[in-house]
Amino acid sequence: MKKYDAIVIGAGHNGLCNAAYLAKSGLDVLVLEKNSYIGGATVSRELHKDWTYSNCSYVCSLLRPEITRDLELPRHGLQVQPYGGGVTFCKNGDYFGNYDDHERQQREIARHSKRDANAYDRYAADVMKQTRLIRPFLMRTPPDPTSLKPRDLKELMHLAKAFGEMGEEGLADTLRFWTMSIGDFLDEYFETDVLKAHLAGSGIIGTALGVYSPGSAYVLLHHYMGDVDGTVGAWGFARGGMGAVSAALASSFQSFGGDIKCDAEVGQIMVKNGKTTGVALSNGDEYHADIVVSNLDPKRTFLNIMAESDLPADVVKKARNFKIRGSSGKLNIALDGMPTFEGIENGSILLKGDMHFSDSLERMERAYDDWKDETWSKDPYLDMLIPSQIDPTMAPPGKHMMTVFVQYAPPYIDGREWTDEERDQFGESVIQQIANHSPDFRDLILHCEVRTPRELENEVGLTEGNIFMGELTFDQLLFNRPFPGYAQYRGPVKGMYMCSSGTHPGGGVMAAPGANAAREILQDLRRPNIVPGAYADD
Amino acid sequence: MNELSALPQHTTQMMLHTPFHSRVVEACEINEWSAWQGYTTPSSYTNVEFEYFAIRSNTGVFDLTPMTKYRITGADAEAYLDRLLTRNIAKLAVNRVAYIVMCNDAGDVIDDGTVFRLADNEFRLCTQERVLDWMMWSAAGFDVEVIDETADVAALAIQGPTSCRVLRNMGFAGMENLKPFGMQTFEFNGARIMISRTGYTGDLGYEAWMAPEQAESFWDALFEAGKLRGIRAFGSEALDIARIEAGYLAAGVDFVPAEQIVRNGRGRSPLELGLGWLVDFNKPVFSGRKALLKQKEYGPRYRFVKLSVEGNKPAEHSFIYCRGKAVGTVTSAGWCPTAKTNVALASLEMPYGRPGDELEAEIYYMRELHWTRLMAKCTIITKPVWEPARRLQTPAPDA
Repeated sequence: MKKYDAIVIGAGHNGLCNAAYLAKSGLDVLVLEKNSYIGGATVSRELHKDWTYSNCSYVCSLLRPEITRDLELPRHGLQVQPYGGGVTFCKNGDYFGNYDDHERQQREIARHSKRDANAYDRYAADVMKQTRLIRPFLMRTPPDPTSLKPRDLKELMHLAKAFGEMGEEGLADTLRFWTMSIGDFLDEYFETDVLKAHLAGSGIIGTALGVYSPGSAYVLLHHYMGDVDGTVGAWGFARGGMGAVSAALASSFQSFGGDIKCDAEVGQIMVKNGKTTGVALSNGDEYHADIVVSNLDPKRTFLNIMAESDLPADVVKKARNFKIRGSSGKLNIALDGMPTFEGIENGSILLKGDMHFSDSLERMERAYDDWKDETWSKDPYLDMLIPSQIDPTMAPPGKHMMTVFVQYAPPYIDGREWTDEERDQFGESVIQQIANHSPDFRDLILHCEVRTPRELENEVGLTEGNIFMGELTFDQLLFNRPFPGYAQYRGPVKGMYMCSSGTHPGGGVMAAPGANAAREILQDLRRPNIVPGAYADD
Repeated sequence: MNELSALPQHTTQMMLHTPFHSRVVEACEINEWSAWQGYTTPSSYTNVEFEYFAIRSNTGVFDLTPMTKYRITGADAEAYLDRLLTRNIAKLAVNRVAYIVMCNDAGDVIDDGTVFRLADNEFRLCTQERVLDWMMWSAAGFDVEVIDETADVAALAIQGPTSCRVLRNMGFAGMENLKPFGMQTFEFNGARIMISRTGYTGDLGYEAWMAPEQAESFWDALFEAGKLRGIRAFGSEALDIARIEAGYLAAGVDFVPAEQIVRNGRGRSPLELGLGWLVDFNKPVFSGRKALLKQKEYGPRYRFVKLSVEGNKPAEHSFIYCRGKAVGTVTSAGWCPTAKTNVALASLEMPYGRPGDELEAEIYYMRELHWTRLMAKCTIITKPVWEPARRLQTPAPDA
């Protein structure tokens, strides 16, 4: 049987990015995908005729521009355009509109509090200080702080220098920022509940933390450190849905001669004499290669598709202890027209961005209480967008596609699997919250897909449905992601590597883990590095 | 501070209009608009050069309504401002105005501006940036109320050698006796308006402050009174030429306001902006005092200089070299049409800019797609290149 140079498990964006770089370097690479379609959680699916759903990830900002350019993703069909605006609707009929232009944003904040309007500039500068610190490290392999290898020492120096440049006060602020809660952080700047609630969403999305849980401030940073064309913190739509990202990566990969097989679920990474030899599919088919890259999350990688006896006990322990908690669900809705929202005229830029209905940190924290009680939030936090207002490919003219990210949804209800009935009740609580602010919304629904962590795990392969493939908390970041000693993309078995969002710098459709892992693999193969570094100071 | 103020329909209207807008639109022949603090304002009305020369030779009128304005009242108003600002406010008499800077605790300048003492316990603070957040934090413990009155006060700058005459023609008797940095209240159209002898042009000039309802009739009366005195509206471009010629700093251009800084160390103290004279170390307490005192003792990191640049090519964004080493950058530059001089404002690393240091500006200019690089000798100058006597004369001269 044919032997490949490398096999990548999982055709999500990181697997495809990793495979593209290996193939570009001249290796013979095979990508195996369990589903009948590629993309993982970066997909566009037609689940209702003529409607395209970004039914997992739904907006784009973190995808590294260095990769987009280097792999010529636009030539392979990827178009990313920014959306402006955003709004949080209040219980009392008012709202907070988040304009993308500074002056209207100032004016709208001032409508709620003049002081907060001015404090926003200070807040934005302070968050920017943190994003500037982290951004240069997205396209770098984290140093091993215990290593004395010249490369690790050099990288550690680089890290120390970046911290040093923050200054004494900046360093103190950074340590606070990385460990504090988003609620506490926002309380230091603002007095307006709805403003804080609007901004706090980025601190909890995808995370089993509440707005007052320590560590949630960093999660906000994770949502701010991307950019669209250099506008740091901006988010955009991939034309044709998020599947356009994986389709472009796949096309780039194939242009370098790469091979993708769908409906090919890997059951086992084969190991012989401490080295990988390839993979065996669930159906028994075997594929051989000296290099096997897992794009599955660390739990699935080490506990599902590797024999524990092939692994150091330490790795088994760390994989079991790896924190990957489901916290969110998703509704994807086909609409017969544009819903009307109270207080804001259709066509407003506010409706073209992210919409929310939680108008206080208190409500968001209570929503988290339900998660701790092992049930879904009765008053959930929604991150809702209608991309068809900007992207004409998502729905027929005049019709609309709505994506609703929902938090919180626990991986298990009272310790057991979700039932279909509970899934529907969960969906209903979301629809009701939207309908409370949009009188015609319910009547416009043509089709609705409801996904709980159960569906996200079973269909996509995200353990517990955790969208980041592991919590983005300080204990699982940088040289501790996924866990200490294994942060440089190399697995515990020779020839075995990791490239998923469970590795540095984490989730969010960045493709950086895939690219960084490729750099390490190429180095081990003593091939020239072809993976780009980060753009300078921005 | 949670009031839902009646602000214009922000979902439909992207830009605000000042109360003078109907008149500004009429005067703005060339549709050169720019955004200033969310307001639609003209960069130029007709011709930048002619607008500039109206300031220097006749009367130029500039709508400065978007300038941020705060009203500070209360029993502790003076004590509060003495803590907030580096200057001694206790010494500021009623009906007097002072140029000020405010610093954060690190001694970096948050903004510059002017403070008007309207009464014993009542002040107006005009700034380029919005600084309400810092002002509110600083107000803790003081019996003081701070209100943003930007939209509630319409304001015009009336600048130039015939400006006093024009205002007198409007009926403001005794205008000529108003001293520089003084202010006086007049009756106009049955309402009270305040006129201060202040400005940003380095020339004889005034600023008129009024309720928005007065704006249009004031504009009309002003232009009627100035008809035979060459009155002309000017935009931000002409203003910029005038202020560079006068050697005045612009926030966000010549320094980055401290609260907006992202990169550590990019702030500037008053001592590093040539504004040490605004810092009164005799005051026992004010924001930034400790840091500034330390800087005074150990020396500032930067020196702000006015440069006379050889030749006539503006040294915009130039590096400044000293014996081949880049030692600083130009923050503002331009040809001064009245002083017939090429000037630049620059921030130099210490210790450069000492007497005897030979400085050069690296200037690039393009003519018909051909770029030329020029190393132009620079001389540090201490006085503004344009400083007409009329600026400070009282009674103000009549032409």
